[in-house]
Amino acid sequence: MAADGPLLTFFVLILPFIAAGLAPLLTRWLAHNAAWVLALAPLFIFYHFAGFLPSVAAGEPVAGGYSWIERLNVEFSWYLDGLSLTFALLISGIGTLVVLYSGGYLKGNPQQGRFFSFILMFMGAMQGLVVADSFLMLFVFWELTSITSFLLIGFDHVREASRRAALQALVVTGAGGLSLLAGLLVITSITGEHSLSAILDSDALRASPLYIAALLLILGGAFTKSAQFPFHFWLPNAMEAPTPVSAYLHSATMVKAGVYLLMRLNPVMGETVAWETILPIFGGTTLLVGTLLAVRQTDLKLMLAYTTVASLGLLVMLTGFGSKVAVEAAVLYLIAHSMFKGALFMVAGAIDHETGTRDITQLGGIGRAMPITFAAAVLAALSMGGLPPFFGFLAKEEIYAGLATGAGWGILLTVVALIGNALMFAIGFAVGLKPFTGARVETPKTPHEGPILLWLGPLVLAVSGLVSALLSEGSHHLISSPMASAVYGEPVSIHISVIPHIGMPLLLSVITVALGILAYMSLARGRAAMTSTLAAIGWGPDRGFDQAIRGLIRSSYSVTGVIQSGRLDNYVTTVFTVLIAALFVPMLVFDELPAIPTFSPLHFYEWAVLAVAFIGLGAVVWARDRLTAIVSLGIQGFAVALIFMLLGAPDLSFTQFMVETLAVVILALVMTRLRLSPTDHRPTREKVPDVLIAVACGLGLSLFLLRVIELPFDTTLSVFFAENSRVIAHGRNIVNVILVDFRGLDTLGEIAVVMIAGLAILALVRIRPGRAQVDLKSARERES
Amino acid sequence: MRTLIFRTIAPYLASLMVLFSIFVLLRGHNEPGGGFIAGLIAASAFAIYGIACGVSPVRRAIYFHPMTISGIGLLSAASAGLMSIFAGTPFLTGLWAPIDVLGVHVDLSSVLLFDVGVYLVVLGSLTSIALGLEEREERI
Repeated sequence: MAADGPLLTFFVLILPFIAAGLAPLLTRWLAHNAAWVLALAPLFIFYHFAGFLPSVAAGEPVAGGYSWIERLNVEFSWYLDGLSLTFALLISGIGTLVVLYSGGYLKGNPQQGRFFSFILMFMGAMQGLVVADSFLMLFVFWELTSITSFLLIGFDHVREASRRAALQALVVTGAGGLSLLAGLLVITSITGEHSLSAILDSDALRASPLYIAALLLILGGAFTKSAQFPFHFWLPNAMEAPTPVSAYLHSATMVKAGVYLLMRLNPVMGETVAWETILPIFGGTTLLVGTLLAVRQTDLKLMLAYTTVASLGLLVMLTGFGSKVAVEAAVLYLIAHSMFKGALFMVAGAIDHETGTRDITQLGGIGRAMPITFAAAVLAALSMGGLPPFFGFLAKEEIYAGLATGAGWGILLTVVALIGNALMFAIGFAVGLKPFTGARVETPKTPHEGPILLWLGPLVLAVSGLVSALLSEGSHHLISSPMASAVYGEPVSIHISVIPHIGMPLLLSVITVALGILAYMSLARGRAAMTSTLAAIGWGPDRGFDQAIRGLIRSSYSVTGVIQSGRLDNYVTTVFTVLIAALFVPMLVFDELPAIPTFSPLHFYEWAVLAVAFIGLGAVVWARDRLTAIVSLGIQGFAVALIFMLLGAPDLSFTQFMVETLAVVILALVMTRLRLSPTDHRPTREKVPDVLIAVACGLGLSLFLLRVIELPFDTTLSVFFAENSRVIAHGRNIVNVILVDFRGLDTLGEIAVVMIAGLAILALVRIRPGRAQVDLKSARERES
Repeated sequence: MRTLIFRTIAPYLASLMVLFSIFVLLRGHNEPGGGFIAGLIAASAFAIYGIACGVSPVRRAIYFHPMTISGIGLLSAASAGLMSIFAGTPFLTGLWAPIDVLGVHVDLSSVLLFDVGVYLVVLGSLTSIALGLEEREERI
């Protein structure tokens, strides 16, 4: 463990959340310039994690943490190897730039403080996700990224499209999160471990018969998060979010969480037939679908979004391919993609900000007005296109070196990668070059170079794509090789550099570039072709999602319609019928009916009290009107209270008196309020079932109580209370001592229920006819 | 219901009942009584006052909304439980602080605060229901 101890790392992990808390205040004071201050938080995190680079590169992971709940094996622990560290650096590094960019992009937005707060919270969640060691922490941060992503996509919540996209992302990734949780539980039950580092070098998972179940559940989490086909649809919709969010969450970091998980588990779950079949198939399909759909788009952000989907597919495909070189390729491409795609998204945002449109057919020739943005865009596009001397070139060479091995799968996947890369090349230049060159097209706003906050981020990212490739020796040593080692499970060292090597990969690269230029020239024709093809298909997962949600709502309406009839007598009848069944069925099935009891002779005053109770009961049944019945019920209750008194339970009796009194008062008040007719006019045949239910209930309860009394009485508790009430709890009234001291927690729960019931009743009392009527039918029409 | 006799006597009756409820609350630890019963008595007192003299005088008399009283009660019961944090004992462990006031020995305790909480919750919730029902056309 590093010398500075775990405290600083812990602080770094919660720092984004602290910054998120301060963001609204700072924004109130400094307006958009708060970005400069807030960016210090991720910058410090970047600096802190960068300090671990030498020790991780030397093959010594940094681990640390605190035990949280020891008995449940819950820990707050982290584990930083090459994989986690690279992710942490990407998150904090790009995070710094995105915070600055947000300052420029949302300048003047009254909700800017809220935005900073959300994006920093997301940063904290993502940071926690990639460094988490314990499963619980991993899951919690995983879900936190889904929730913060929901908040960010729905940031512009007055627009319906935003709200829909936010909800869709939450439903899809949230469902995936549950799948992940189940998968982690299966892994725990197989291995008996609760942390990633503990399972990293065990073979137990692959050998287990539950391996397939664990794999499918984990993939459910990873594929939804990383937008693999057929779950890809939420990602393009998430482009409703402000552009900094798209650049940060939906290209550079969050959507890579699924890939991170797969890479993390590659050493323990990979190298099986299932792994090496499912991942390439889904990844390859996603790559093709993503690029083809990207061709159709005219919106800059949507084009980038679909290529992000495609890139994620490529990463999954490479991770699942299983060879060492493929893993190296995945690592290089992941790093390259985070840089160029983040930059291109920010460029798209800057274009939108300055010209007022993101439609590629409405843009042209703005390069002269926005030279710095143009430079950043071209640099990023060159990296995306995989041209030397950029980092994207290293990645692409390695991809071809990994895939083109000549084996059966390899040839097919090479073709898939070739098509995908060529189309991504075309899209990259369509976004990074086309709007800036050619004839000047009139735009809603006259473009000019944005403020430094708007171009700093893309420029830094684009330049780092160049620098990291030129200094490939160092970047491989510090970053790529340790990360690839962590993913592969054995020490790996990457050596590829920008100097082209004659061979198969270079040939394939040349073909890719040629195809890409061809595709770039005929982009408009391709768009038309794709649009008509999609119109012919007519259905897609996006619409399927809507249909599923509508179906869910419809079925819940019909279930509610059956269960909630809205008639009080139905509810009461149901409750008491169930009570009767609960009382009689066990007694009859297990033959537990009570024996006929023997009564000791009663005193004359006891007879008198009993007589009062029965008279009261008779009066309830034969009363002419409801008010009399209610009062008679009170008489019967008082008689019962008297019986309690005679049997030596003053507290109980006292309470019974008060409850009966209040019950009569409140029932009478309810009666006057409901304006019922004073008497019951129903014909006899409608009364009979109610009578039967009442009699059966009374009989059942009596039999049950008799049976309970027949059982031997365990006096442990009463002896304990009697002995300790005075000694421990300083009270002579045992009943009260039990209520407020020995069983205080029960009482606390009960008074909470009393209060909630009081609130509910108050709400019911306040409903006036003709106002606040819940109309299911109109609500339903609104929904659909 | 609003006969002259009832209206005249109700304020006295109600105040006596409230006084009695406090007595019942405080003696509860050693004699029959306690927060729950006391709360019921106090709620009946306000219900009677409301029936006799109308709801607005009751609301004016108790000043807070009954549900607020209920909330204060739940808060005091919960904080009585939380006090044991400072003693390093499990939630709701009773804490005792015997003091002598004017020569009389009094056992102050978190348990008493808890019981007062129960009293206020029951009083508040039931009074709120009763007053809500008594109020017909008046604005609540």
